[in-house]
Amino acid sequence: MPAAAPRSGDAIFASVEHVNAELFTLTYGAIVRQLLTDLEEVDEVNKQLDQMGYNIGIRLIDEFLAKANVSRCVDFKETAETIAKVGFKMFLGVTASVTNWDADGTCCSIVLEDNPLVDFVELPDTCQGLYYCNVLSGVIRGALEMVSMKTEITWTRDVLRGDDAYELQVKLLKLVPEEYPYKDDE
Amino acid sequence: MATTACFIIVSRNDIPIYEAEVGSTVKREDAAHLHQFILHAAQDIVQDLAWTTSAMFLKAIDRFNDLVVSVYVTAGHTRFMLLHDSRNDDGIKSFFQEVHELYIKTLLNPLYLPGSRITSSHFDTKVRALARKYL
Repeated sequence: MPAAAPRSGDAIFASVEHVNAELFTLTYGAIVRQLLTDLEEVDEVNKQLDQMGYNIGIRLIDEFLAKANVSRCVDFKETAETIAKVGFKMFLGVTASVTNWDADGTCCSIVLEDNPLVDFVELPDTCQGLYYCNVLSGVIRGALEMVSMKTEITWTRDVLRGDDAYELQVKLLKLVPEEYPYKDDE
Repeated sequence: MATTACFIIVSRNDIPIYEAEVGSTVKREDAAHLHQFILHAAQDIVQDLAWTTSAMFLKAIDRFNDLVVSVYVTAGHTRFMLLHDSRNDDGIKSFFQEVHELYIKTLLNPLYLPGSRITSSHFDTKVRALARKYL
C-alpha cells in the first residue's frame, strides 16, 4: 500500500497542539538563567544546553516521524531540507532555509531568520560566550543520531552576538550502519 | 529650547538602576551632583504619595528653585523620576509611558536580574531618543 504523500510543514503545524509562544520563550529563558546560576561557567552552560538538546532530540525524532509521514530520505541533502522545512515548522513554527552546500554534499548551513527562543533576550557583558540557542544544535544532533547519521553541529552566525540571522552548520561525519542488537552466540 | 533634565530609575529597594542626563544643555559636573541629590531627597515624598493614589503618573511632587521633580510609579514600585525645568506635563507623561514599555521589555529578558543595574546600551540609546522627542 503506498504511503500517504508527505504533509507539508504548514499542514502539520496546523494539526499539532499549540502552546503559548511567550510561555515557551520565558520558560526557556528561565532554564538558561537557572543553568547560569548553577553552573556559573559559560562553557559549562553551553555543554549542558547541548546535552539537554541531545536528550530531547533522541525522543523528538519518533514524534516527528510519526506525525510528518515523510518517506525515507534518499540522501543527506533531502534530510537537511526536511529538517529545515518540515521539522522546524512543526515544532517551532518557523521555516528555515538550507544554504551553503559543500562539494560532496555532507556539509550545509541551516539559516533561521527568526527564532522564538530569543524574543526579548539581550546578552549581558558577563555572558558573552554563551550560545543561547545551543539546545537546538543538540536536538538536531540527537535526532539524526537516532536515524543512523553522526553529525557535528556548530553555530556560525548568532543574532545575539551581532549578526543578522541564526546559522547552524550541519556536518555529516558518517553514516552508522544499523547493528543487529543481539549477539549470535548467546 | 535649552532644558535641563535628569532621569533616574529607582527600584523598589531604593537602589538606582539607571540614570541619564537627558537635557539639551551642556552637562556641568556640579549640576549633575545637585540633580541626583534633589532626586534622592524626593524619595520620601514619593514613597508616601505612591500609596495614596492608584494612578501611575504622579505629576510634580517636589520643587527646588525652579526645578521640578515628576515621578511615575510602576506596578512593581519601580520609580521613574525626572528632574526638569519645563512645564510640559503631557510630554512628560508620554515620555514616562514609553520608557515604561522599554522597561517591561528589559524585564522580559531572562538574563536580566530585576533590581540590578540596566547596562544595555540599546536601552540607553532608546531612552535618550525618547527624551529628545518628548522633552
